[in-house]
Amino acid sequence: MNSTAFWYATRASGLMALILLTLTMVLGLTTTTRARARNWPGFAQQELHRRISMMAVVFVGIHVLTSVLDTYVNISWAAIVIPFTSEYGRLWVGVGAIALDLMIAVFVSSLLRNRMRPATWRALHWLAYLSWPIALAHTFGMGTDAGEAWVIALGTACVVAVGVALAWRIRRSIRQTSARTIHAAIAVVPPKHLALTSRGRTEGGGPRA
Amino acid sequence: MPSTGEALAITIPYRLLGHPTDLAGHVAAVGANPLPPAGASGWGEGFVSMLEASGLLGRGGAGFPAAVKLAVAHAAGPGGTVLVNAMEGEPASDKDKLLLIRSPHLVLDGAQLLAAASGARRVTVCVPDGRQHVASAVWRALRERVSGGCAPVPEIVVRPPDRFIAGEESALVRWVQSGESLPSFRPDKGTPLHIGRRSALVHNAETLAHVAMIARTGPDAFRSHGLVEDPGTSLVTLSGAVEQPGVVEIERGVPLIDIANRAFPDGPPQALLVGGYGGAWVGPAHFTTAYSSLALRAIGATAGVGIVIVLGRSACGLMESAHITRYLASQSAGQCGPCVYGLPAIADDLTRLARGQADPGLLARLQRRLGEVEGRGACRHPDGTVNLVRSALHVFAADVSAHANGEPCAHWSRPSQLRIPDTARLA
Amino acid sequence: MTTFRILIDPVACDAYGYCAELLPESVTLDEWGYPIVDGSPLPVELVAAAKRAARDCPRRAITVRERTSGR
Repeated sequence: MNSTAFWYATRASGLMALILLTLTMVLGLTTTTRARARNWPGFAQQELHRRISMMAVVFVGIHVLTSVLDTYVNISWAAIVIPFTSEYGRLWVGVGAIALDLMIAVFVSSLLRNRMRPATWRALHWLAYLSWPIALAHTFGMGTDAGEAWVIALGTACVVAVGVALAWRIRRSIRQTSARTIHAAIAVVPPKHLALTSRGRTEGGGPRA
Repeated sequence: MPSTGEALAITIPYRLLGHPTDLAGHVAAVGANPLPPAGASGWGEGFVSMLEASGLLGRGGAGFPAAVKLAVAHAAGPGGTVLVNAMEGEPASDKDKLLLIRSPHLVLDGAQLLAAASGARRVTVCVPDGRQHVASAVWRALRERVSGGCAPVPEIVVRPPDRFIAGEESALVRWVQSGESLPSFRPDKGTPLHIGRRSALVHNAETLAHVAMIARTGPDAFRSHGLVEDPGTSLVTLSGAVEQPGVVEIERGVPLIDIANRAFPDGPPQALLVGGYGGAWVGPAHFTTAYSSLALRAIGATAGVGIVIVLGRSACGLMESAHITRYLASQSAGQCGPCVYGLPAIADDLTRLARGQADPGLLARLQRRLGEVEGRGACRHPDGTVNLVRSALHVFAADVSAHANGEPCAHWSRPSQLRIPDTARLA
Repeated sequence: MTTFRILIDPVACDAYGYCAELLPESVTLDEWGYPIVDGSPLPVELVAAAKRAARDCPRRAITVRERTSGR
């Protein structure tokens, strides 16, 4: 393959990866508990989340591979995982390396899920919240197609999608916690007693709100 | 190892209370703790057999054979801990407090014996936070024992939170281990408890006092009281509409009403609450039931942690049950959905019924919820609550019909005759 | 004979309800969204779905227990 082909492949797969990562985030953020409150099968959403995340990994893999193999610019194998060591685009390739490192951590933790405590897995999985904005920054920081109107539109759509999903999730969290506090107060539970257990229960079931 | 044939030089009547409180008096009255000589091999197995011969069942509510628990801890190897469970989470129970204040050396002797038999290297006495008078009595006893050389295994006191389920075995062990007072889900009954990799042998304070007496007087002296299937004596806390509430020592198998009468009820009881707030109501038709695991189970009750509460005539059984249920709901560990949501919902339904504000579907809904909540928690807390409510609906069935029709009895708004902590009373 | 039963850890469960979606014949949900199982042996044709539900549970609250009895 000549260098130009690699270059196009890197850019295309990178944008595809961003779209798939955004979809993964949205599907993950909008996970709900309480089957009766939702009109679609929750397990199907979870499977979709998993499969799309794996597709994202594939496209990130292609993106990273083609960027190293492209001889036009010098990006070493090490530079894709060790931030800020690339000869070309030190800053923004470095930012991409950070995003990749976080994604690898999330991916590996899910593979080894059964061997770690649930709290550990959940903490590692939340690194995803960090990797997505960093991947977005890398996309626009690299600048290759960042000036194109359709790329800007794409980026905006990704930000809006995750923003709306996040806002929805936060609002749901607050409503569930307060619903539980009110419900518990009917039984005259001093809220401080709820805090005696160390597990937070902001997700979970509850009366029909 | 004392057997029934070889008499100890002491012939002491078998009882837990009434011995001198200080160490010297204790030893003079009941003899020194019959611990094994150093390096005695096989003593542990012998002790297990002796406990088995005595038929001692745990006095902390579960009624599990003490010998079996010891055998499991013994098999797990040395280095573990014996935990003295004096948490006494049931508000209406006083026996464990009393034992630690009046007969601490009996309880601690029992712990030392089990430690010797199981190879444990530590005795940990669990007294809830806030019960300073009990903790002070225990500290005093520990100091005496150290000076008197009665504590070959080190004894310490810890102070877990004063909550209803903090005395649940697995919650207690977890608190000691990690500071979280939360029961564990143990689907396989009989899996031993651990602190780290060492075994944790948890016993109610009264059970340990029995161990200490049995070791001195032999299994037959224990069996000379009570029934074949449920031998020995028990401590019961009496309260409610009585003139002389307090703790009594009774033989297993005695009729319930005889126990209640020891406290001089104000009048013929309307009902008896047996076993505690997680226990069950017993109506007049069953007042002569024997105080034994088998007989009580046959009428849907348990001996529980040794509580009998007398409900007077001028009280509303449904409203008292509603108070109890609201209290129990507030004491959930907060881990399991059916308990966290189900118990308050049941309490809510029962309160409305007691106030005569029942909607037409209340009784059916309450029964459904009782059936759904039962057995679906990690611990027995929801089960105890369900049993309490079911027994109330059964024993106070006449009231149920009247209250459900919007005609509650005259007594529902009276102050409660029961001791209920927190602000769980609304009437 | 080997029997399979569903066991739900009530502490881990957070009422996602995927188990009831995948196994409506064996798992029903109470009014608060938590699963009710009766603990009886699973019909053979449901075992695969049960294992899938165990794998998909976000809180890993389900296990499928195998018991072999008989000589």
